[in-house]
Amino acid sequence: MLKLTDVASYYGNIQALKGVSLHIGQGEIVTLIGANGAGKTTTLMSISGVVQPKQGRIVFLGEDITRLSTERIVSLGITQVPEGRMIFPRLTVRENLLMGAYLRKDKAGIREDEEHAYTLFPVLRERRTQMGGTLSGGEQQMLAIGRALLARPKLLLLDEPSLGLAPLVVENIFEIIEQINKDGVTVLLVEQNAQMALQIAHRGYVLETGRVTLEGPASDLLNDPKVRSAYLGLD
Amino acid sequence: MLEQQLVNGFTLGLIYALIAVGYTMVYGVIELINFAHGEIYMLGAFLTLSFISMGLPLPLAVVLAMLAAAAIGVLLDIVAYRPLREAPRLAALITAIGMSIFLQNLAMIIWGSRPLPFPRQALPAFFSEPALTFSDVTISWMQMLIYAVAVVLMVGLNLVITKTRVGTAMRALAQNQTAAALMGINVNRVITFTFALGSAMGAMAGIMVSMYYNTMYPTMGYLAGVKAFAAAVLGGIGSVPGAMLGGVVLGIAETLGAGYLSSPYRDGVAYAVMILVIIFRPSGLLGRAVTEKA
Repeated sequence: MLKLTDVASYYGNIQALKGVSLHIGQGEIVTLIGANGAGKTTTLMSISGVVQPKQGRIVFLGEDITRLSTERIVSLGITQVPEGRMIFPRLTVRENLLMGAYLRKDKAGIREDEEHAYTLFPVLRERRTQMGGTLSGGEQQMLAIGRALLARPKLLLLDEPSLGLAPLVVENIFEIIEQINKDGVTVLLVEQNAQMALQIAHRGYVLETGRVTLEGPASDLLNDPKVRSAYLGLD
Repeated sequence: MLEQQLVNGFTLGLIYALIAVGYTMVYGVIELINFAHGEIYMLGAFLTLSFISMGLPLPLAVVLAMLAAAAIGVLLDIVAYRPLREAPRLAALITAIGMSIFLQNLAMIIWGSRPLPFPRQALPAFFSEPALTFSDVTISWMQMLIYAVAVVLMVGLNLVITKTRVGTAMRALAQNQTAAALMGINVNRVITFTFALGSAMGAMAGIMVSMYYNTMYPTMGYLAGVKAFAAAVLGGIGSVPGAMLGGVVLGIAETLGAGYLSSPYRDGVAYAVMILVIIFRPSGLLGRAVTEKA
């Protein structure tokens, strides 16, 4: 469904990605784990077209999207939930959700998906007239995911959805990510919480200083001695 | 005396408010003080003059002048500011000052440097007559027109910003540009829309001022622009209702200063009010304090 081949991206003069190759199949949850600064966020930003890769190719559903605008990429069906949630603090919860549907014209479908978001996250319905900035961290994460779903994505990119959240809330969010995947949305999940991520993912990639150093089925990675010591804090 | 000063100050304040929303909207989306905005205001007046002298009726001339000013505002952004979007902010600011000087001089080449009167024959004769008189307060038809136009434009602007898709996109963009882009919002297109909207409002202010004072000159945008910028800061830069309130407060303060102190102090009073507000409320009357987010 999505294939990155030897993608290299820079922030100014700093090379953040040194040739990343990975692929995601239809219906999968694939996770990308790695330490701070490994290039996880840059990988997602390169897929979304916010960062333009200097070399390499990104192909989505047979179409080369390497040089496309973010607007085009979103309309093709890739939506990102960015790190730190980035909800709009002075827009209401409902306005935040509808921003996710910015490129859509099908009013009935949008209304249906708004309802669906409230079903997944009942707290958003209660708070729909409140400003986004008044929500708690967990609620903001739910809003960010709900907003992305309003774009009716084929591929959902999630950047550190567990960041700064209490363990119970994280569990809830991960259950919902699994639910979204069962509903037919392919997921690329970037996480520092490797344990949680590998438990729900089908496959995983380990990123170190801008390169993929390890890949395989999630269960294999969970048992890999290098992964266990470096990312899971186990020996 | 006081009542009449308030009426006159309110009129001037609405003009400042119309200009100030242009500063504040552009600042909201790209954090740039568009110092050439005062020149858009000036061009509104001169373009109307030219359209009238081509024989067009007043309403058509005004609408065309607003559209042309909107187009110039958009062009300004595309030519001068867009290439500097990723550059240090100071570069864009200096460019804005440069564009202000450029447009002033361009107007001098086209229309000459001497003040020109607004073509009186284009205005209905009753405009300068009183519309309302209570005891010793007089409101002219011209003032009534300014009130009506300013109120309609500002209510309209508020509806656009709060109710429409592009208006919501503008607010989203002002709050988080990366997130807005990730929603599929075409950032440059929304910025273009913002410049067009602000420029049209500023042009309308210039047109009405040139009718009200019956004069226009290429440097008229300088002082008006600085005052309106002060009004935007006073109201809280980035806040549209703040710019409206700031404009009215500044206009009234200035008129009262001229009336009760002496008229050379009018600008001094306006800036003193701005400085006082900024000392006690650094974020402006309706502005939000900018905090580092967790």
